[in-house]
Order: sequence, then C-alpha cells, then structure tokens
Amino acid sequence: MNGDFKGVINFNKVNKWFGEFQVLRDIDLSIQKGECIVLCGPSGSGKSTLIRCINRLETHDQGLIEIQGVLLAPGKTFPNNLLGKIGMVFQDFNLFPHMTVLNNLTLAPIRNLKLAREEAEQIALTYLERVHIRDQANKYPDQLSGGQQQRVAIARALCMKPEILLFDEPTSSLDPEMIREVLDVISELTEDGITMVCVTHEMGFARKVSDRVIFMDHGEIVEVAKPSDFFDRPNQERTKTFLNNILHYEPSS
Amino acid sequence: MSCLFRYLSIKRFLSSWLIPVVIIGLLTFLVSRGAENINYQWQWYRVGEFLIQFDKGEWFAGPLLKGLLITLKISLLSLLLTLVLSLSTAILRLSSSIVGRGLARGYLELIRNTPLLIQLYLMYFVFGPILGWDKMTTAIISLSLFQAAYTSEIFRAGLRAFNRGQIEAGLSLGLSRTDNYRYIILPQVFRQMLPPLTNEAVSLIKNSSIVSVIAIFDLTTQGRNIIAKTFLTFEVWLMVAAIYLIITLTLSLIASMVERRKVFMK
Repeated sequence: MNGDFKGVINFNKVNKWFGEFQVLRDIDLSIQKGECIVLCGPSGSGKSTLIRCINRLETHDQGLIEIQGVLLAPGKTFPNNLLGKIGMVFQDFNLFPHMTVLNNLTLAPIRNLKLAREEAEQIALTYLERVHIRDQANKYPDQLSGGQQQRVAIARALCMKPEILLFDEPTSSLDPEMIREVLDVISELTEDGITMVCVTHEMGFARKVSDRVIFMDHGEIVEVAKPSDFFDRPNQERTKTFLNNILHYEPSS
Repeated sequence: MSCLFRYLSIKRFLSSWLIPVVIIGLLTFLVSRGAENINYQWQWYRVGEFLIQFDKGEWFAGPLLKGLLITLKISLLSLLLTLVLSLSTAILRLSSSIVGRGLARGYLELIRNTPLLIQLYLMYFVFGPILGWDKMTTAIISLSLFQAAYTSEIFRAGLRAFNRGQIEAGLSLGLSRTDNYRYIILPQVFRQMLPPLTNEAVSLIKNSSIVSVIAIFDLTTQGRNIIAKTFLTFEVWLMVAAIYLIITLTLSLIASMVERRKVFMK
C-alpha cells in the first residue's frame, strides 16, 4: 500500500482535521475491486470519517484520494458522473419516512438514472426479494422493525447499481436479535463482486466474511491483515488490547 | 371519512367546542343587554341582503359576499407568494453566500421593524406608481413581503432542525441538490411546520383587512361602506368579525385534520 494507485479505492498520505483535532493521519490504503473490507477501531478513531471521505460526505485536507480512476484533490467534492455510484448504508438507516418502502427504492433510479417508473419498480422488487422483504413494499418505514428497515436501506442502495458499497456501523442501532438478519444480507452481497467497506464491531462477521480487516486508532491505520491473522496473530500491541476489550464484551451466545 | 367522524365525535365536541360556545353565548347575552341599555335598535332582519340578494327571480351576491371573495382572493395569492418568498429567504439565510445571507437579513430586519400600514402606504404611494402596479398587485405584494419575513424564520428553524442524515442519504443516492429539497427535505419540513404555517396563514387573512385603506373593496371596506349608508354599526361589524372567524376557524380545522392524517400515514 505505498501510494501507487492500483485499487478501485486508493488513499495516498491523506490527512484531515476537524478544527484543531486531527481525525485522519497519513492514511495510505488501497482497496481492490470486489474486496470486502471490515474497518474497526475504538470510537473516535476516524473510521467513519475515512469511509465518508470515499463518498465525499466529507472532504480531506491533504493528500490524494482516487476512486474508480477519478482523482480527488483536497477539498474537492464529487464530479457528477460518480454521484450515486457509491452507495452508503447508515447506522440510523435514514429511510425517507414520508415515502413507502417502494418509493424509497425507486426515487433515485427515477431521478438520477432516468429510469421509467415501471422499470424502477421491477428492479426495486427484485432487490426487496433479495433482502427477503418483498411483501413489505407498500408499507411506510415506521411500520417495519429496525432489522427490516436496515434491509430496506441496503436494497435502496443496491437499486442504484453501485460498484462500491459503504456501511457505517449498519448494525449498531439494532436490537441484538435483528443483527443477524442484516449481517446475513450483507454476507450474501459478497457474491456480487461489489467492493464493500464496512465499519463494524461485529467481529464474527469480520472473521467469516471479510477479505481484510483494518484496525484504526487515533486517526491512523494501525494494522491491516487477513481476518485469520488479525484475530489469531495480531502484530500490534494496540490491536491486541482492542480485541481483548471488544471480545470480552461480546455477548456469550 | 372515518377520520372526520372521529374528529367530530361527541366527546371531542364537548371537550373542545363546548367551552367556546358557552363563552360566545355569554358574550352575546352581555352585548345585547348593553345595547338595550343604550337604546340600540337591533335590525338583524336587514343584514341578510348584505350577504345575498334576490331580484327578478335571480340570486345576487350582496356586498359582504363580494368583499369576502376579494379578501379570499388577496389572501390566497398572498399566501402562495408568501410561501415562495419565505422559503427563498430562509434558504438564502442558511446558504454559504455572504451576499445572499446579507440580502435576506436586510430584508427581514427592514420588514420586521416597520409598521405594516407604513409599508402599504409606501408601496401604494411611492413604489406602486413608479413600477406601474395596480391596487390589487400592490396589496398582494405588500402583504406577502410582510408575512414572508416572519414565515421565513419558521422555515429557517424547520430547515435547521432537519435531520442531516436524511440529506446525506439523498446525496449518497446521487440525488441532486434540487431533488433533495424537492423530494426529501421540503415534504418533511412542510409537514413538521404545518401548525406554525397555519398560524401564518390565519394572520395573513386577518392582516388583509388593512388593504381597506387603499380603497380595495374587501370584506372590511364593504362592511364600512354598508355602515356609512345604513348606520347598522353593531350588526355589520359583528357580522364582518363572524365571517373572518368562520374562514380562519375553517382553515385551522382543515390543518389539524391534515396533521392527524399524517399520524395515521406514518
């Protein structure tokens, strides 16, 4: 990972500050097409900021980021042709509460991809089927459980046919019994060849599903490793401490 | 329709309508007693013709009804213009452009800190003639400029309190800024802002009576003219007040029904 851009997402010496506070420190990172990356670390370690720099909800202050061959200088937002190509699933779902599930899914394809309504609805129903809630298409988000809402949010992102999908703690506001159904859906997506970056503390998911695990602390990337190495033979002292803490608190099921 | 029935159920009727009805009854009693004491001759039988007249087999709108239509027309057009102006002002004030923020702020302070009557006179005697506006246009623009200044603050509050996550979701789906406003932000902000917006609409309708000073034949002017001819001061002013009350209460009722429907929808 030394700055030559060979992945679909590349970070080269990226720095970012919130006022005086440095949230990202010299981030070098290259993510290959189709990879599933899990990003973990204590809160405030900069992992959310990092993925928000990928879809430009945040801009960086120094260094270069390259996404799908598009070079992004500091402060630059997205060029229009990349808008919608990078999907994001949020911790709080962020479904549009005033629209039915179906309309949540068809809005962006109709407005951005200029699809006809019938076609957009066909695609939407296909993806609702994939996340196993086709029968909820005409309900409003508030009528669904948290797990169902998050699956709708995933389907909504998929409707834009993204090549990169970002997850920002997708299971953190869910009740424990609903976490599994959401993680199952995300796991199934790895077969599609979508590049995925997932911020999560679900270590079971990281071990089984991800290709690489990245551990961040204080805005730095501390360790990048295959899951088996990461969990069984972590290199860094900070990684060990973090894993001890987090595994200690994992509910025993 | 079931929603309407629920709204007008007996229990609700008693709790929310009984008290006002009692108060109005009491007031009526006191006014009529007081009028008797000063030997006022009530002639309620004459007021019907001010509303509607029957002549040669045909019905005609009386002066009050004609005035009401003018009042409704002014209020409706001003309301639409108010919404556009206030929303633009609010968006400008929240924008990153210094010029935009300055313009919006200047407009707001100018309007908020001068009397509506003076604004109307300025428009009618100074800007209207320069720009070639007729009385109706002058009235609508004055009322809208005035009301929009206040309404923009409501929109600004609503937009500022709006959940940022919703906007981020829209952006990450590739919606343009305009689409984000049109499909995500405004529909939700409007619903949230419905009660204060109703207030603004009610106050706009009431404020519209001020156009009587520039000789527009609205409800208030018609009332005054009838009194000048007939000296039925008590009856006509009471009736004019009642008509305003009916319009504004109807508006509030519709608004609260829409708001209740929202709850079912969600």
